[in-house]
Amino acid sequence: MTRYTSATDADREAMLREIGVGSIDELFSDIPPRLRLTRPLALGAGLSEQEVYERLRALAQANTSTEDEVSFLGAGMYDHYVPALVDSIVLRSEFLTPYTPYQPEISQGGLQAMFEYQTAISELTGLPVSNASLYEGPSAVAAAGYVAKLAGGGRTLVISRGVHPHSRETLATLAHGWGMEVVEAPLRGGVTELPRLGSEVCAVIVQQPNFLGAVEDLEAAAAAAHEVGALAICACDPLPLALLRSPGECGVDIAVGEGQTLGNRLDFGGPSFGFFASTRELIRRVPGRIAGETRDLDGRRGFVLTLQTREQHIRRERATSNICTAQALNALAGVIYLSWLGRRGIVELGELMLKRTAYARERLSELDGVRQLHAQPVVREFALALDAPVEHVIERCRARGVNPGYALGRDYPEHPDGLLVAITEQRTREQIDRLVDALGEAVAAERHRAEVTA
Amino acid sequence: MRSFIAAADDELTIFERSRPGRRAFVAPKLDVPDRDLDELLPARLRRAEPPRLPEVSEPEIVRHYNRLSKRNFDLDTGFYPLGSCTMKHNPKLHERIAALPGHCRLHPLQDPPHAQGALELMWRLQEALAEIAGLPHVSLQPSAGSHGELAGVLLTRAFHEDRGEARAKVLTPDTAHGTNPATVTMAGYEVVKVGTDRHGNVDLDDLRAKATEDVACLMLTNPSTLGLFETGIEEIAEIVHGVGATLYYDGANLNAIMGVCRPGDMGFDIVHFNLHKSFTQPHGGGGPGAGPIAVSERIEPFLPRPQVVRREGAAGDGAAGPYYDLDYDRPKSIGRLRGFQGNYGVFVRSYAYILSLGAVGLRDVSEVAVLNANYLLARLRAEGVLEHLPAAYDRLCMHEFVLSGAPMRRELGIRTLDLAKRLLDHGVHPPTVYFPLIVDEALLIEPTETETKETLDAFAATVAEILREAREDPEIARGAPYGTPVRRLDEAAAARHPVVRQPLG
Amino acid sequence: MDERYPDDLLYHPEHDWARVDGETARFGITWYAQDALGEVVFFEAPAVGTAVAKDQPYAEIESVKAVSDVIAPLSGEVVAVNESLASSPETVNEDPYGEGWLVEVRLSDPSEAGDLLSAEDYQATLS
Repeated sequence: MTRYTSATDADREAMLREIGVGSIDELFSDIPPRLRLTRPLALGAGLSEQEVYERLRALAQANTSTEDEVSFLGAGMYDHYVPALVDSIVLRSEFLTPYTPYQPEISQGGLQAMFEYQTAISELTGLPVSNASLYEGPSAVAAAGYVAKLAGGGRTLVISRGVHPHSRETLATLAHGWGMEVVEAPLRGGVTELPRLGSEVCAVIVQQPNFLGAVEDLEAAAAAAHEVGALAICACDPLPLALLRSPGECGVDIAVGEGQTLGNRLDFGGPSFGFFASTRELIRRVPGRIAGETRDLDGRRGFVLTLQTREQHIRRERATSNICTAQALNALAGVIYLSWLGRRGIVELGELMLKRTAYARERLSELDGVRQLHAQPVVREFALALDAPVEHVIERCRARGVNPGYALGRDYPEHPDGLLVAITEQRTREQIDRLVDALGEAVAAERHRAEVTA
Repeated sequence: MRSFIAAADDELTIFERSRPGRRAFVAPKLDVPDRDLDELLPARLRRAEPPRLPEVSEPEIVRHYNRLSKRNFDLDTGFYPLGSCTMKHNPKLHERIAALPGHCRLHPLQDPPHAQGALELMWRLQEALAEIAGLPHVSLQPSAGSHGELAGVLLTRAFHEDRGEARAKVLTPDTAHGTNPATVTMAGYEVVKVGTDRHGNVDLDDLRAKATEDVACLMLTNPSTLGLFETGIEEIAEIVHGVGATLYYDGANLNAIMGVCRPGDMGFDIVHFNLHKSFTQPHGGGGPGAGPIAVSERIEPFLPRPQVVRREGAAGDGAAGPYYDLDYDRPKSIGRLRGFQGNYGVFVRSYAYILSLGAVGLRDVSEVAVLNANYLLARLRAEGVLEHLPAAYDRLCMHEFVLSGAPMRRELGIRTLDLAKRLLDHGVHPPTVYFPLIVDEALLIEPTETETKETLDAFAATVAEILREAREDPEIARGAPYGTPVRRLDEAAAARHPVVRQPLG
Repeated sequence: MDERYPDDLLYHPEHDWARVDGETARFGITWYAQDALGEVVFFEAPAVGTAVAKDQPYAEIESVKAVSDVIAPLSGEVVAVNESLASSPETVNEDPYGEGWLVEVRLSDPSEAGDLLSAEDYQATLS
């Protein structure tokens, strides 16, 4: 017996008697003896709650989190403040522990929350239809690619180099199974330069803002896609959408993105959620759960999972996706957060980030040996080019308690000197000034070292 | 409970509670020089109207979602025998651990030397899952069971392509969960169904006929979705490997066999785990979960990138001792299935669970899960329920079992659906209904090991009572539920004219 | 006559009917099919001009809990589709042989009708 089960010896005896067997072992008699384990699993003994806590705490302490350093790391996930009310709500048993709402009569809490979430995402993206979540950003991009594949006749997907490297890689992995070709559109001056598109293209995928922080011309990309009968897909960072023209307004057909910044923590990369929004025309091709409004027998408003014939449990091999378990709890955190920000708050947050980003970008690019990698408008993240080895500069800054950002060279070999710096509402002027000092000193020290050793 | 809330139950959405000017968040004061928006972001790039998010204060948000939560049934509140879902208790310790800032405020791109705790945790979880599965190599990247299935089929494709072979088909039993065939299509293969024999096992003759050299893989779960162990599993493995195909294990039913036997030993090449099933990640109303995979030696080269590895004494700072790292140098890898490393928060909870239970505890889990299921079946028989809802297969079950409501429909005039809805009035979540597809009016019941004997006794008695009631008056169940926040909903209207968001003036 | 299976129609064993009128025919699904499906919520009609082949699926029809292929009883070219089903798909349940018709087809080989079943023979396949 463990602390999570309650079958005492007396219970077991009584139960075995009722079943009509002599031992628990007999219940496993269908398993061929040759396959039965004759030794315990090599996992060690079970630990008390206290011991488990100690072990996991020790592991936590071996990590440098954003509580341990001032972090300007972004590149897809960002250190935003998560308000306390999110935790108090999502940790409630009634939201935390139920399964997917297959019995809607006793799941109205979760279903209405999904409906509210869908409404919020629809507002952000400017598209009328949203699903109830996918796993996260990059796989949502791939899911949009799958919709394009099922909808269109073309064999080619065009994706901008400005889309997150993880999204491009994920799409490539899946597209290989679909027998489709993925063509990359280059960046020029920091923004996407679309090649001439042919009729074999079934989708054009861009990111807003792109991985280098630049604001893209979504309207132009969407128009180019539509001209050849392709779908326009945009992967978006949700908070900048408070300020930027929405994908829907720009003619985009499908908007997807990473929802981590909406009420979810970094968690070393997950769980978060992916959002997926589309035009009305695509509603029957949308992957994942969708909550819909209806009435009950007595005329009360209620909510149900709807258009389930798209999904795997009904359509099986012809489903719009194989997704079953998604990220419902994280999406709930998302809608709570968006309600907490509110209509005015999200704009204020966006403008704050915009102005602090401008300040940081200007001050940093004034440093010797630091320049802007591109001059495009940015919202909350920007790319610098350093006249010194980026990894060493980062190490020096870290030693002063400041993580200056992401070294671009790994993913963009054409920018071996690139550094991606992210701003959130948690990065104060004081912290930005610290970054300026630390980065200035680090670059100077590295340049001096290079001169000396030359 | 319902009437307690109903007194002031206005059932509004958060948008309907919105009033201009109300707010919860106020942005920090601008501490950098103010700038003209047009200068930073040309007007043509800016939206004219902000998104119409609700305008509400914190107390309203808290009250709104609290009240909503009370319109949900949940596992912490009552019995949830949802077959195939393994609704076992979610240990409360896990939330405390997952909330430690060292875990939850760690950026995924943090340099490995500064994320050793996280990488070590992932590595140790991998080792534990490998031991449980009986297969040496694990990737934690997939985010759910169906994501793990996709990984498995893509790995199969890479395996065959590496040998210069182009196979077109994947076999799944007709009892398979819908995610299996959906996954097969997403991976670019054609689904071929294999039949089930009258004992509830894969029909070996049908399998032999369909297992040709054009078949890439057979996807199975064991025990099957009928809750029955595939007694012919070794022969199945021989047939499948005999034509050079891979054997894939859907781990949805792992709760029946942990520490008792292992899929790797049965001959499976690729296994996925549902951490939100056997490993207690809370279901969250539909996720998050995680679907890590374990594979054999010959499949290892194709695993997703990056892999969490342990190196000896290779830390950049010159320290000796093991060093945990992300390995991107995998030339034959299928690539990525998602961003970053996977659902780390789920790994934290699952790892804590495995540490808590240890070898003996995990075995006990499976033993009690199987004991509870067989006991519940025996109690239902003793209460006379099986006369109207016979077990689909007359044999020992494992951790779950299927009943057929077809006789009940004929004799008492109520369907499995009606029985499920009437159970709601008794404060119990119904079992899974109408799955697997091969059983008419199916009712799939999985009690799990964390339920007491008394709970099982009570459930059996409740089902018997509902049947007695139906014999008197079938209309009652047909009109159920009565005591829930809403009654039966018009799903047809919702599908014909979908309303999937709140219209806002 | 069983009202559920009018005798002035021809039937296909996959639960579809055809009303032949010279060179054109109307198709739909039978009472049995709509009953098995449950409340119909969506019919995805093929475009006018599409070729349909006898015994092959030409469209899908959906209820809340199921999707079904609709099989063409005869071959030809679609000349009309029932537009009213877009707003009232439930008509297929209410009047499967009348207002619930699915498509109208110009037949390419009217002799194929010889392979179809009478109401009586179709009903026999149902038991």
